[in-house]
Amino acid sequence: MLPKFVTAGTPMSGRFVDAEALLEPGLDVSVKKRLADAGLNAAKAKGASYADVRIGRYLNQFVITREDKVQNIVNTESYGVGIRVIANGCWGFSAVADARNEADVAKAAERAVAIAKANARLVKEPVQLAPQKGFGEVSWKTPITKNGFEVPVKEKVDLLMSVNGAALKNGANFVNSVLFMVNEQKYFASTDGSYIDQDVHRIWPNFTITAIDPKTGKFQTRNSLSAPVGMSYDYLQTSPGDKVTGVTTRYNQGYDMLEDAIAGAKQAKEKLNAKSVEAGKYDLILDPSHTWLTIHESVGHPLELDRVLGYEANFAGTSFATLDKWKSKNFNYGSKEVNFFADKVQPGSLGAVGWDDEGVKTKQWDLVKDGVLVNYQAIRDQVHIIGENESQGCCYADSWGTVQFQRMANVSLAPGKQKLSVQDMIKDVKKGIYIIGDGSFSIDQQRYNFQFGGQLFYEIKDGQIAGMLKDVAYQSNTQEFWNSCVAVCDESDYRLGGSFFDGKGQPSQSSAVSHGSSTARFNGVNVINTARKI
Amino acid sequence: MLQKVLSYSKADECEVNLFGEERGNIRYARNEVSTSGSTIDQGIAVQSAFGKKVGVATINEFDEASLEKVVRRSEELARLAPENPEYIGLLGPQTYLKTAGYFESTAKVTPETRADAVVKSLELTRKQNLTGAGFMDDRHGFSALLNSKGLFAYYPSTDVNFSLTVRTPDGTGSGYVTRGYSDVSKLDTVSATQVAIQKAMGSVGARALEPGKYTVILEPTAATVLLENIFWNLDARSADEGRSFLSKMGGKTKLGDKIVDERVTIYSDPTHPDLPASPWSSDGLPQEKTAWIEKGVVKNMAYSRYWAQKKGVKAVPAPNNVIMAGGTASLDEMIKSTQRGILVTKLWYIRSVDPQTLLLTGLTRDGTFYIENGKIKHPVKNFRFNESPIIMLNNLEMLGKPERVVSTESTNNYLIPPMKIREFTFSSLSDAV
Repeated sequence: MLPKFVTAGTPMSGRFVDAEALLEPGLDVSVKKRLADAGLNAAKAKGASYADVRIGRYLNQFVITREDKVQNIVNTESYGVGIRVIANGCWGFSAVADARNEADVAKAAERAVAIAKANARLVKEPVQLAPQKGFGEVSWKTPITKNGFEVPVKEKVDLLMSVNGAALKNGANFVNSVLFMVNEQKYFASTDGSYIDQDVHRIWPNFTITAIDPKTGKFQTRNSLSAPVGMSYDYLQTSPGDKVTGVTTRYNQGYDMLEDAIAGAKQAKEKLNAKSVEAGKYDLILDPSHTWLTIHESVGHPLELDRVLGYEANFAGTSFATLDKWKSKNFNYGSKEVNFFADKVQPGSLGAVGWDDEGVKTKQWDLVKDGVLVNYQAIRDQVHIIGENESQGCCYADSWGTVQFQRMANVSLAPGKQKLSVQDMIKDVKKGIYIIGDGSFSIDQQRYNFQFGGQLFYEIKDGQIAGMLKDVAYQSNTQEFWNSCVAVCDESDYRLGGSFFDGKGQPSQSSAVSHGSSTARFNGVNVINTARKI
Repeated sequence: MLQKVLSYSKADECEVNLFGEERGNIRYARNEVSTSGSTIDQGIAVQSAFGKKVGVATINEFDEASLEKVVRRSEELARLAPENPEYIGLLGPQTYLKTAGYFESTAKVTPETRADAVVKSLELTRKQNLTGAGFMDDRHGFSALLNSKGLFAYYPSTDVNFSLTVRTPDGTGSGYVTRGYSDVSKLDTVSATQVAIQKAMGSVGARALEPGKYTVILEPTAATVLLENIFWNLDARSADEGRSFLSKMGGKTKLGDKIVDERVTIYSDPTHPDLPASPWSSDGLPQEKTAWIEKGVVKNMAYSRYWAQKKGVKAVPAPNNVIMAGGTASLDEMIKSTQRGILVTKLWYIRSVDPQTLLLTGLTRDGTFYIENGKIKHPVKNFRFNESPIIMLNNLEMLGKPERVVSTESTNNYLIPPMKIREFTFSSLSDAV
């Protein structure tokens, strides 16, 4: 599930450091290998049948501003080692902060084995781990051209100040903006013979603009149309090809924050006087900056195998997409236009890595093909349940100090195979609403009934955009909704959206995930009016 | 140690925060323990200020060299930082209320006692051929604050939260329970498990009712997740700026206005024996007993020290705990007095739809029941609702006795009564169990 406040810029755990510390190299790979081997050997010596060691250095930088003020500049660093083992058929995990020598790591490995053996008495079904070949010493790095941690803090502050200034000049009463950068330096080693060094980058520039009508006491907000991405400062360098023009400009592999803030301020003001929607059935045209969240909640989550099996029953919930529906090979998740695929490889996506956090090479696979449910997302200790003998490579831990488990891969709606532009799609709509950007969201614990809002709503009348609407939210049921999908634009319109903060597990862990789509049309969806008086 | 850290300071002002905590947890699903773990965390944060230039650095090593290093680092960061016009300097010594939030019983929890608590719960679900998935999370720790103006604050505390979802093997029934305490000896996983079992078995065979406006009885677990959206939005600055449910026309706020039924009183009190909380805020401001809504009227909003100074009023820190005063009705009496209504035991995935009106959406979950002529008739399918807690508290019918509850959204603990509300808006049906 996603948190309530996605733009809050809440610093993640880790110690505060100065900006220069974020550029210091981590441990040399030969040191990491030596530490890892100490852990693996200690685990084996104590009777583990399998062990993996993750040595992680996690760096974050937040630049947080409002109007003409820098509210905070936060740099955090967290380093430690996590060790997971199987002993007596049961998992055990232990982690140690700031481990610099072999003895620390060996001790943690021994503790992990002891926990596994202690818990083994409570477990009836021993762990079945899908076989995985070792890859030897390999590495992977997010393909970036400009590392945001190398950009001087002043340049970042100047960018946000110019964004805030432009918003205020164009009618905003308030503006909060944040630049959030992540670098995960992860080393994975296992008794399968893998030693994997990865350097993962992410960035998320975002803002919230507020416009107030003092006469009525009403206010409206407009959030940035950026996406958190698996890139670095290169995301903030745009070329014309990154922009999708139309009723408002949207962005692909490059984000023009200044341009979006100017548009955002004008639109926040326009929203104050927009027409309040009349509740009823509408054909919806959903932009990828919006659809990612609907995909996340109604497709990504229900197709996580651990949820289907009941491991998340006490918190996030279970799933309507039960194994019998998958086994039937004829469960219509959506219309024939609907194809969902999962992957951990799309360039620029938040999920992209070379190997997952249990040493499995990442890939792409189908979840829904021509509307029919064909697969789930599963990791090494689960894939035997769906009759496969190779993990899909979507295991992740949010820190060296937390245990890795199945997390959502990028889950995306494949573009339509026929050539179709947004303009041509809108042309045929008699009574519809065009929705851009993500807003309010909520879905039940088995992922049937959902409600979504948005940032910008445009009324469509007889194939034409007829003006801005407000107070819009749509409600539907997952299967009904995806079966009402009558068209998906072609791949020239395909874009990614996503979240840094997908929460799952107890204690909760955060994972970053992207969802791609092209603009899509859904017929006859129930729209409600959300205006109230208090 | 705090004094030693302070002695290294060369800044105009210096504040040192020290915290330490140990947490342990055990998780189970499909009637088996799935994961367990523990973490020990401690650290020092030093904030140095030169004029209005402020820097913060932290460290989790405690030798003398490290302590001096963290002070120097915070001073370097302060020198590099842009001026923060909203920095208004440190507080001098303060007097704090006495609160008792630390219980040895909770501090002494071991992996064994945690496992025992869970085994007792598992035995019950296994015996009845039901499936249990639960989580127990305990914590003991302290926080302390010392600054160069002589302010010293210290607060040790303990907490334990337990939650459990019980489902029938065919997936047609589901029940939930959650308990939160400062003192673990109050946690009875057996009686808690029986509550979840009763709801799971009672929710089998749910029938669909038409969505619409219904009289509802909200158990405290359900009411809490709606009300906390009021508690989180008490900030005076947002209200003054015109972007809060407490804002009104012409740039004014609703301070002093009656906004809900006169039986509604919401306050904070760190000394409350059933919900002890830290008597000081992170900036050192004392937490006093504070009425936020009294007899339906907005009595206080939270003023940061900066905003209070700007507005020429007393700073009021945001609350460390929240209590809603109750009435005398029992849950049974509320049900008996209801001609036609719905008993809601839990709500799920609550999200803001409109911050202006605090309109929220979400769904019922894990046990929703139809009441007719004063009796529970049968379980009903889950609903999605769209409702504002402000509108809801204007439609108040009855209030019960407050009890300590854990928010299923934030895991915060509160004291909240069960309540009967008329015309609560359910907007659609869900097939989820």
